[in-house]
Amino acid sequence: MTNEIKADSTLDCRGLLCPMPVVKTKLAIDDLQPGQILKVLSTDKGAKKDFPSFCAETGHSLVKAVEDKGVYTFFIKIKKA
Amino acid sequence: MTDKLVKPGEAITIDAETFKKLHAEAHKAMGPKRLAIIASKGTLDMAYPPLILAVTAAAMGMEVGIFFTFYGLDIVNKKKYKSLKVAPLGNPAMPMPVPNLVGAIPGMTAMATFMLKRMMSQQNMMPIPEFVDTAKQLGVKLYGCSTTCGVMGVKEEDLLDGVEIAGAAAFLEFAAYADISLFI
Repeated sequence: MTNEIKADSTLDCRGLLCPMPVVKTKLAIDDLQPGQILKVLSTDKGAKKDFPSFCAETGHSLVKAVEDKGVYTFFIKIKKA
Repeated sequence: MTDKLVKPGEAITIDAETFKKLHAEAHKAMGPKRLAIIASKGTLDMAYPPLILAVTAAAMGMEVGIFFTFYGLDIVNKKKYKSLKVAPLGNPAMPMPVPNLVGAIPGMTAMATFMLKRMMSQQNMMPIPEFVDTAKQLGVKLYGCSTTCGVMGVKEEDLLDGVEIAGAAAFLEFAAYADISLFI
């Protein structure tokens, strides 16, 4: 990938099932500042739909979502307070 | 938006961008969405769904309250919440390697409970006590049914810290303003 997004923090949720990736993401976001980017890795099959829903509901923006060999990677930009 | 008056029956057309903006404003003005759950079952398998939904909703910024009633009260009972069980007898969904009736034999409930706990931990699912702690950490309101406390002889000090004893009216007042209400 040529223009890889630079994440301010990375959360590894591989091996965790719903609801843990979303819950851990929420807690990780609490520690970040508006405008910062959180990278989340998940192997939960539901994550593909859960993260867009989580972002739509909370107002954070899902900058990028990629899947590679069963691992979903999400880049979430923290919304302004 | 213009301040032009709209006559009854007249169609209003707005562009998607304006709709999105108004929708977001309306959403904001209405405050957080609310989820009200009644947890009525005290078996290990049925303790998970209300807690999973509650912590997810709270993580998504919703206001969440769970009303623990009847056997569901065991989920927040200090003496019981660490030892919730699941019975294989009469539960054909339970993946037991023996005929269902064998589930009546003493020890089979303990075995099924052990199996479910092991399946959960193999998938890194938190045990119930940790789920309850997470719910509290995320601000989920926990209500213990006062009638159940009376009927089952559960005292206020038997309930976990942070659990408020409440009656049906109190829960209904909370649920009346909920966007999602679930009976589990």
